[in-house]
Amino acid sequence: MARKKVPLGKEFTKGLVIENPVLRLVLGTCPTLAVTTSASNGLAMGLAATFVLIGSNLVISLLRKVIPEKVRIPAFITIIAGFVTIVQLLMQAYLPRLNESLGIFIPLITVNCIILARAEMFASKNSALPSIIDGLGMGIGFTAALFLMGTIREFFGNGSFLDIPLPLLSAGGYFQPVLIFILPPGGFFVFGMLIALSQKLSEKFTKSSASGNALCSEFISDPSVCALCGGCGLGSGSGGKTAVNERTEEQTEPKPDQAQTAENEEGGAQA
Amino acid sequence: MKEMLIILFSAILVNNFVLSRFLGICPFLGVSNNLKTAMGMSTAVIAVLVLASGFTWPIYTFLLEPLGFGYLQTIVFILIIAALVQIIETILKKSIPSLYQALGIYLPLITTNCAILGVAILNIDEGYTFLQSLVNALGAGLGFMLALFLFAGVRSRLDKADIPQTLKGLPITLVAASLVSISFFGFKGLIERLFG
Repeated sequence: MARKKVPLGKEFTKGLVIENPVLRLVLGTCPTLAVTTSASNGLAMGLAATFVLIGSNLVISLLRKVIPEKVRIPAFITIIAGFVTIVQLLMQAYLPRLNESLGIFIPLITVNCIILARAEMFASKNSALPSIIDGLGMGIGFTAALFLMGTIREFFGNGSFLDIPLPLLSAGGYFQPVLIFILPPGGFFVFGMLIALSQKLSEKFTKSSASGNALCSEFISDPSVCALCGGCGLGSGSGGKTAVNERTEEQTEPKPDQAQTAENEEGGAQA
Repeated sequence: MKEMLIILFSAILVNNFVLSRFLGICPFLGVSNNLKTAMGMSTAVIAVLVLASGFTWPIYTFLLEPLGFGYLQTIVFILIIAALVQIIETILKKSIPSLYQALGIYLPLITTNCAILGVAILNIDEGYTFLQSLVNALGAGLGFMLALFLFAGVRSRLDKADIPQTLKGLPITLVAASLVSISFFGFKGLIERLFG
């Protein structure tokens, strides 16, 4: 792969809004829903993932010519797991309280679709600097989305912000905190509303009528990436299935597969 | 025995892995559109979950822990899971093609399903014995299947409903998931009632 000029500014900003990994691409839903019970948890999770994202993007882009094509996914996962372990040990040592509240979701950064997707889509095809910038942009986009969601849930569910109780909102004030917002159903609900909002806004600004069904395929040109995470067929039931079909045959004939996928998707829509 | 049942029921109903622990949300949203794919996916998940727990627990307890390599847990577990999925896929392809036809397409997706790694790590964190780990994995898988099946039913109704344009697709799916998740709160006191 020849070294090509990549506009760095654009690589950075795309992750923030247009290709926001959480709100637009709907990747990494598990941590998004699970740890956003408070703004500080969301922030910490986002920063931890950002660190892993930048680190793994850097290493993978440096090793992209060394890693054989066939074993690239296990190789990527190993590199990512290495960085996750670094984060895990650092948090255990210096932020034990946060480590406890994020719990199992720290090691689970390893299987966060965003990180593997960036490795496969970007870092394995670009040189080191753009990969770092890409990781940084995507990481900040992820952090911002998690922070936003954590803020909303903490505000309504606990009447506080960054663990500081707001005088009029917390217990005894004018507002009884709605506990359900920090319970699991509240996570699903707030996330649904945020996705709806981001769809509405993107419709307004881009004048395209992209519905939720097209979210993933709209940005990810290589459907094999979708197969990495079972959820990329979001909205179009058999999407994940067709993506896998494609992935198993991708290396031999990429072109006819595209047609086949289109057919499969039509079939799925009719069924 | 009682302890096993408590672990099993709390994994299936009370702390349902999808709806209250948020593990495996991606496939939950992705393949819950129709019952057939939900069936295939959850069967594959159950099989891999139990096998993965069966491999990761002894390796951690008899190899990593005594040698002081406990911190390598994440790396070793994810590699075991990735290798396991690959091996199952190859074996199925060669020996039971009909089963491969049914489940094969879901297998590659499973490596990055956080439920698998999550259960493997939880088994260690909670200090379960080998048998308890297997039961926990089975319960997690059955809980995943239950959530997927229930939700497939809800979604088939949603398809025909008249929904505001903005909410179509993923947002209304998430709101529905929220309601299904509320209904699982009904199981909260179950363990105390049943096993006192």
